[in-house]
Amino acid sequence: MIEARGLAKRFGDRRVFAGVDVDLEDGGFLLVTGANGSGKTTLLRILARLAAPTAGELRLPARETIGYLGHEPLVYRELTPLENLTLFGRLYRVPERGERVGMLLERFGLWEVRRERVSTFSRGMQQRLGLCRVLLHDPSLLVLDEPANALDARGLELLDELLAEGRTCVVATHEPERVERLATQRLAFA
Amino acid sequence: MTYLKDSAALARKDLLLELRAKETLPSMLLFVIAALTIFHFALPHGTGDVAARGLLWSALIFTALLGLTRAFVAEREQGMFDALVLAPCDRSTIWLGKTIAVLAFLVAAELVALPAFAVFFTGLDGRTVAAVALADVGIAAVGTLFGAMAVAGRARELLLPLLFLPMAIPIVVGGVGEYLWFLVLYDAIFALLSWASFEYVVAEA
Repeated sequence: MIEARGLAKRFGDRRVFAGVDVDLEDGGFLLVTGANGSGKTTLLRILARLAAPTAGELRLPARETIGYLGHEPLVYRELTPLENLTLFGRLYRVPERGERVGMLLERFGLWEVRRERVSTFSRGMQQRLGLCRVLLHDPSLLVLDEPANALDARGLELLDELLAEGRTCVVATHEPERVERLATQRLAFA
Repeated sequence: MTYLKDSAALARKDLLLELRAKETLPSMLLFVIAALTIFHFALPHGTGDVAARGLLWSALIFTALLGLTRAFVAEREQGMFDALVLAPCDRSTIWLGKTIAVLAFLVAAELVALPAFAVFFTGLDGRTVAAVALADVGIAAVGTLFGAMAVAGRARELLLPLLFLPMAIPIVVGGVGEYLWFLVLYDAIFALLSWASFEYVVAEA
């Protein structure tokens, strides 16, 4: 699913990381840990095809099979959950969009507020909606940057269920103990 | 067909965001009316039509710039470019959708600005209106491309005027002189270039 050899990234004179190797099979789980500014987010953006490495060889799955959640939930705040997911459902070519959107909103406990603006939501609800967007096109690779951010107990349960579904996952987190048992590969940035 | 539907969905999203946030269009309307009012009092009596038209075009270009600076606010502040460029649709649909939305804002601002110009100055003829309509297409096409480029830059507030205003000079020349074919040519060339190059503006860095 993911093969990386000697991956490196620089921003001008600043070296973010170098010599990163990743070998992730289908259904594998890569746990990325490290201090703030160590390069976790940059690596995840590269693995989500949102940035290019400065050096190294990289083999990634197609864009449409990747579900990416960054530090932000990546939804429009002045739109409703229904409008957001319908828009992205169209752009991501989701078949039977209405049903899929409804199912995800139900699953993440957002059905009742589907017609309310996202700007009125708590950060945790926005994160749940971000997870709905990630799953909308049923991606086989999940790239999640601090996915537990702001989630309440029920939100964390839903996230645990999602991570245990058997999809290939790359997760960066400051709380590795939460997903440690799922990890098949670990990458610790200094 | 899918391409046009994607672009329409993105344009609809921008119009909906503006309808709810009401941040861009009211500022554009206020600016263009204020500018025309100032020009009305600044222009000496007896000045010719061409001078008045020049002021109209100045007001329209700077109003458009105001709109363009806000065109990618949601994408910039909420990181939405990431979600959009990950979608498997053609990336130029992002440009086309945004261009349609910017064009709609320009037309809305001009629906107020042109009658105001007619009242303050010398009246309007069909050629001026046609020139404005043609110029809108070029402004929206080029401005949207530069707006997207400026989003990625650090000094974005500075970058957009620096990129856009030189490219708007031919529009002003064509507009003041009412050279309609020149504006058609400008629109065709720069809309095509903007459409084709947008992919590289949002490509992986």
